[in-house]
Amino acid sequence: MEQSLHDLELGLLLDAIYLTYHYDFRSYAKASLTRRIRTALGHFRCATIARLQERVLREPPLFAELLRFLTVQVSEMFRDPTYYRALREQVVPYLKTYASLKIWVAGCATGEEAYSLAIMLYEEGLIDRTLIYATDINPESLRTAEEGVYRIDRFTKFTESYQLAGGRASLGDYYLAGYGGAVLDRSLKKAILFSDHSLVTDTVFAEMQFVSCRNVLIYFEKGLQERALGVLSDSLCHKGFLGLGLKETLRFSPHAVAYTELVPDVRIYRKI
Amino acid sequence: MRDLEAIVIGGSAGALDALLSILPTLPAQVLCPIILVLHLPPAQPSQLPAILSRICARTVCEAEDKVPLCDQTIYVAAPNYHLLIERDRSLSLSIDAPVHHSRPAIDVLFASAADAYGPAVAGLLLSGANEDGAEGLAQIRQAGGLAIIQDPATASFPIMPEAAIRRVGPSAHVVRLQDIGAFFNTRR
Repeated sequence: MEQSLHDLELGLLLDAIYLTYHYDFRSYAKASLTRRIRTALGHFRCATIARLQERVLREPPLFAELLRFLTVQVSEMFRDPTYYRALREQVVPYLKTYASLKIWVAGCATGEEAYSLAIMLYEEGLIDRTLIYATDINPESLRTAEEGVYRIDRFTKFTESYQLAGGRASLGDYYLAGYGGAVLDRSLKKAILFSDHSLVTDTVFAEMQFVSCRNVLIYFEKGLQERALGVLSDSLCHKGFLGLGLKETLRFSPHAVAYTELVPDVRIYRKI
Repeated sequence: MRDLEAIVIGGSAGALDALLSILPTLPAQVLCPIILVLHLPPAQPSQLPAILSRICARTVCEAEDKVPLCDQTIYVAAPNYHLLIERDRSLSLSIDAPVHHSRPAIDVLFASAADAYGPAVAGLLLSGANEDGAEGLAQIRQAGGLAIIQDPATASFPIMPEAAIRRVGPSAHVVRLQDIGAFFNTRR
């Protein structure tokens, strides 16, 4: 009984958000969404989801704040170093054969992955011919990404990952530290275009040689996963590369037939 | 007593040894899926499925996103991802922030199990050196499920079970390590 009430209220909240603000969370995986909504209920001191819905409808600024709970903003530079090492060793040689490159980081959160790729491409001599599109649905995350300033205490971990990822220099070459923050080099940002895009409601916007979409699909229900994979797939050129999160796979998807597994361990695929 | 549809297990320091003694004694009549979160170092690929396969007759695999849960199978959480159970009895993963400095976190799995199964789930919390799992076990109990806690006197690290006993209260079953397998004889 209580469970069906929870489902009903959650469904109504997601409908209300979609109809009012055009953000579509209706096909997000419910278990982790429920957890994040409960955290939000505590934060906004709402006793019920229905109460939160009422406030979301009447207080637009509250919705902007709620987005922070609904979207995942966990990111790291060079997260999963084996992924970056495989990119450098097994994808970059192909990328070097293109005169100009378009790369898409789909679901970039606060930008750490886009900057990591920019550093790798700089070291491989590719940055001047590359445009990285880094997209997310959360405007606040995109602003943070655009600024390229991260807490300095996070750089111990970032540096360790950078080295494990096969970095050619020192990560310290790419940022300036001060006031507890680290500002990433402006030249990296010149190669990145941060913009708003939803894998749920938007479509293809350019043809890419490489699409990296990591730990985004796990937040979607099966049907939406297929929809999103369709958008990523349609964005890739013939023989283009697709990188997913370490626990994401094409194995059970109808899209699998369009790819070969280039580096199965780190989920790098190549379009046939 | 309603049949169990799933057993969720959590533990940290000292829990692997506890599992190695519990799993072989778990009655064969316990058919439902078992979902497991142990705190492990995040960077290393988990050896846990291979280790557990050797000591019990059940299928043991690493939990994958959107996989439907099957009977007689043990699902082990992958390092660096939270593991959750959806209402349609499939698994899902998340990289949401760590809880109690842990990802996977026991609280995250247990709370989702309480939502997914209500009274038809048993949560078992083992040895450990932090307080993860207490809150999740309380949620399982509130939803009518069974809360089972390894008797701290039989745990290598009593902090985790002790925290759960405080949080869940007298409705929790506190069971000695050597009796946990047999406990499921009466409740399956």
